[in-house]
Amino acid sequence: MDIREILKERILVLDGAMGTMIQRFKLTEEDFRGKRFKNHWKPLQGNNDLLALTRPDVLRSIHAEYFEAGADIAETNTFSGTSIAQADYDLQEAVYDINYLSAKLAKEVADEFTAKEPHKPRFVAGSMGPTNRTASLSPDVNRPGFRAITFDELKDAYKEQARGLIEGGADLLLVETVFDTLNAKAALFGIQEVFDELNKEIPIMVSGTITDASGRTLSGQTTEAFLTSVSHMPLLSIGLNCALGAKEMRQYLQILDKKAPFMVSAHPNAGLPNEFGEYDETPELMGSQIEDFLNDGILNIVGGCCGTTPDHIRVIADLAAQHSPRMN
Amino acid sequence: MAFKKNTPLVLSGLEPLVITPESNFVNVGERTNVTGSKKFLRLIKEENFEEALSVAREQVENGAQIIDVNMDEGLIDGKAAMVLFLNLIASEPDISRVPIMIDSSKWEIIEAGLKCVQGKGVVNSISLKSGEEEFVYQATQIKRYGAAVIVMAFDEDGQADNYDRRIEICERAYRILVDQVKFAPQDIIFDPNIFPVATGMDEHRNNAVDFFNATKWIKENLPGAKISGGVSNVSFSFRGNNAVREAMHSAFLYHAIKNGMDMGIVNPAMLEVYDEIPKDLLEHVEDVLLNRRDDATERLLDFAQTVTGSAKQRVVDDSWREEKVEDRLSHALVKGITEHIDDDTEEARKNFDQPLEVIEGPLMNGMNTVGDLFGSGKMFLPQVVKSARVMKKAVSYLLPYLEAAKQAGARSQSKILLATVKGDVHDIGKNIVGVVLACNNYKIVDLGVMVPADKILQAAKEQDVDIIGLSGLITPSLDEMVYVAKEMEREGFKIPLLIGGATTSRIHTAVKVDPEYSGPVLHVHDASRSVPVAGELLKNDTFFTSIKEEYKTLRENYLAKREVKALPPIEKAIANKQVVDWSNQERLTPNFIGTKVFENYPLKEIRSFIDWSPFFNTWMLKGKYPKILKDEVVGEEATKLFEEANTLLDDIISENSLTAKAVIGIYPAESKNEMIDVFGDEAKQNKQATLHFLRQQNKKGEGRFNNSLADYVAPTSAQNGGFIGGFAVTTGLGIEKLIEKFEKDHDDYHIIMVKALADRLAEAFAELMHTKVRKELWGYAPEEKLDNDSLINESYQGIRPAPGYPACPDHTEKRTLFDLLEVEKNTGIELTESFAMYPAASVSGFYFAHPDARYFGVGKIGKDQVEAYAKRKGINLEEAEKWLKPNLNY
Repeated sequence: MDIREILKERILVLDGAMGTMIQRFKLTEEDFRGKRFKNHWKPLQGNNDLLALTRPDVLRSIHAEYFEAGADIAETNTFSGTSIAQADYDLQEAVYDINYLSAKLAKEVADEFTAKEPHKPRFVAGSMGPTNRTASLSPDVNRPGFRAITFDELKDAYKEQARGLIEGGADLLLVETVFDTLNAKAALFGIQEVFDELNKEIPIMVSGTITDASGRTLSGQTTEAFLTSVSHMPLLSIGLNCALGAKEMRQYLQILDKKAPFMVSAHPNAGLPNEFGEYDETPELMGSQIEDFLNDGILNIVGGCCGTTPDHIRVIADLAAQHSPRMN
Repeated sequence: MAFKKNTPLVLSGLEPLVITPESNFVNVGERTNVTGSKKFLRLIKEENFEEALSVAREQVENGAQIIDVNMDEGLIDGKAAMVLFLNLIASEPDISRVPIMIDSSKWEIIEAGLKCVQGKGVVNSISLKSGEEEFVYQATQIKRYGAAVIVMAFDEDGQADNYDRRIEICERAYRILVDQVKFAPQDIIFDPNIFPVATGMDEHRNNAVDFFNATKWIKENLPGAKISGGVSNVSFSFRGNNAVREAMHSAFLYHAIKNGMDMGIVNPAMLEVYDEIPKDLLEHVEDVLLNRRDDATERLLDFAQTVTGSAKQRVVDDSWREEKVEDRLSHALVKGITEHIDDDTEEARKNFDQPLEVIEGPLMNGMNTVGDLFGSGKMFLPQVVKSARVMKKAVSYLLPYLEAAKQAGARSQSKILLATVKGDVHDIGKNIVGVVLACNNYKIVDLGVMVPADKILQAAKEQDVDIIGLSGLITPSLDEMVYVAKEMEREGFKIPLLIGGATTSRIHTAVKVDPEYSGPVLHVHDASRSVPVAGELLKNDTFFTSIKEEYKTLRENYLAKREVKALPPIEKAIANKQVVDWSNQERLTPNFIGTKVFENYPLKEIRSFIDWSPFFNTWMLKGKYPKILKDEVVGEEATKLFEEANTLLDDIISENSLTAKAVIGIYPAESKNEMIDVFGDEAKQNKQATLHFLRQQNKKGEGRFNNSLADYVAPTSAQNGGFIGGFAVTTGLGIEKLIEKFEKDHDDYHIIMVKALADRLAEAFAELMHTKVRKELWGYAPEEKLDNDSLINESYQGIRPAPGYPACPDHTEKRTLFDLLEVEKNTGIELTESFAMYPAASVSGFYFAHPDARYFGVGKIGKDQVEAYAKRKGINLEEAEKWLKPNLNY
């Protein structure tokens, strides 16, 4: 069933944090290495994206938990699945497999749930993170004209990731946690090229990150400027995620609600980090804040980012079911 | 996607630029174009990118909504220059907030540029010059990069030079873009070629008309498409005659915009205001542009000989008329006489149908007179404040009638919000401004002191005020004001922002505050300026632009002049410290060690220590006491003020309505470079505090030292002089209650008077305690005999510098001092988060006793010193820089 049609009827729920859930498994270096990377020269513990290859069972059970809690869309475990991000582990060669297998296993779990509950089809969104480089900021304050990464390098890396995700069976692509819009534009450019090469298109979601109370992305754009800068693609949705809790995100979502010609999404953190860097907003508290958005009718897709768990998603899904989606 | 009518063209830099059919003409900055600006070309050739950036910045500050960047020059690597310059722009938020127009005739440069901009820019330009295939490819790529595009009216056969060719090419390009490439129609901008007129060639005579008509046709037939062009081309024949060129540009734009032109490359300096073009010149110019007469060109050429230069003048006119009752009311207002005001008001009321008319008529006329006299220096502030009392009394007399009349359509007064910013408690100046403005029929929303930014903005919104005025006295307030300006910008405010207070200045406002806020920002030097400034801002739109312009110039001059002079390293400064001679200074050993508290110190005794000159200054009467009492101009008024102040002081003393408290301390201490360790005992076993000072770091001439306050306390090695003192005094306890009484009577005059007197008393108390310390408590100068003048001139041994003042500019040291003396407990004085003291009528500082101790200013300091300072103080660098901002040399 076409997700665009469903979105006209109801609010769809995106799943919650992946990292938070993986931590619960207390995986060891051996878990991350598996057989394939047994002799890899660099430590791999913490390279979560690699688990699609080495502990797919962990990812499957997390996806299942979120679907169980009421999520309509699972995000693949590929936030760092670009050759740029994987270069930290010297694992550029594994990038295609990470994306392909991550999408494939998520899709299998989704299909199981769709078969059980045909009235509530489940979808898989291929997660494409921001990488750890910025195309419009210099990492060296003394050389403002310098760039650690070029548009073309980003574009090629995202192309590889998008191809793996699409061929692995992702229903959607989610370019997320955009802190530098130029990175996102490179991703969109790459995606368009992959679409051309595969002669296949799937819906694209873009989700930016407002880093602080200034109301701007890390690269300095206002919410509306960010929207404008990615509006050349016929996106499925535009939204915000990470950095802020639901409460702080609200004013910026209102701007998207007013200006965006696309669906609007939000997957906030479970509040702001406490003094130990932990996200400790309870499902109930986060739910009550999300309920405010839902009452305003400014969202089409809602879920959770850092610190959110199946318990959070359960509350959010219950609320989403009781509210009408934003009218475009 | 079908084109929805009125879908705007939305571009972005860091901020969006929305261009709707209703938008005004969009001005594209053209100075960052090597083909158009010799200066910019030179800068790029010399790789002077820093100054090239300032060209871009200037454009944006000048109001360019998009900046055009062009690097097409044979001698430079256009691609590399484009990439580097755009990357540099991306690091300058005040430039990159606007969208970029990537301008090149070479596709590889355009594409390289597109890979550098995160916002949605504009490509300038592509065309059908090399055929459809290339056109389609380039347009497809531009779409993927997410930019809008300018399409030149140019095809395989050349540039369109008449009406038919223009519309033919544009229509063909439009169909390809929309139907085949699926380019968003609103993102297509046509440049239908602006060509010169009055060239003497017949085929050029219709150039402007053809452009206008083609523009009109495109806007009517190609939905969504926009029109742009380079305007200066049209006047090409009149190079050298700017008066004619300016008129031509503006007349051309007038007609082009009427026909639908949306944006263009225009040099704002080369533009006359259409309505201000002399009628005869305009007629000749339009004859040419509109091709109205065969001899139009010859006539304009002839006429052009007679036209040179242009001048703009502004005339301020003001008039008010008087009649009989008005005369009396006016007299009462000017003289501040309340006795007959009720009767006069009643009489005036009977002459009018509506009570409101009395206010708007005679009373306002009277206040206008007051305002004029004040503005021209013929009336003085204390008088104006009294006038305000009369006005308030008259209005309150009318109030019941006003209520009864339930006046419909009452003229809404302009509202002005005033606040002393967060962390600051000083409000005498703000109150004076409030009174003066209120006298002039502004409604004042006074939020009081220590008002955080969000509260200011919230109140401004809720009360729908027309102007925000910020006040502050201590240096950290300057940053807070910058923050408020930023917040106003972020929240989309447009109303004017006024800045005032002792540490504020025009230059600080121009350099730090103005750039943060796109609305009007103005420094108001003193209360007398607040009225004309508010009036101009609210009535006169051009005032805003001229002020922005003025501040921009100020800022540029300042930044240009402010070449950072490198300071010598701090080690050098330390090596050049004053070698203080501690031998033979046995008398520096104090009579007592520890802390002494003075409760309820007799105000009568303090009174005799008052330095009156600053008191008159507060009231904006310039002159030294006691000479001022006999001054030719202000003497009479000063005498009256002085008498009234003393009457009030008599009352305060007899009723004990203010309480004076003080704490002083004298402690063993030793200095190490810029630090002083303070001990509770003579054996120096029990360290109580470490004080951190700074050292002058600028280069000194022969025999001059790099001073630090720490030098005035002896190091361990010295025999004598290992002592330091501290004090905190207040005379402000009880002031709220005292003021409350006057507030009930709307008596601003006495409110300001009380605060000004309390301030004077506090300073006097500090002077008194210092004398006591020198003669008795510390006792290093027991024989000292000085009169009040010598005290004022500080002709005694030792100093009492205060944290936050030039010798020790770090306000946070006040915290250490307060802890040492247990000031809160002992006196009730408290510190705000910006380290202002509350009550405001308080003074604190250190005592240094050595005869060499002098007041000085630390001045500019280098990063090395700040780093060392932060380290020894145990705070991070940012924190130190925050508090030492005015002193940073970087």
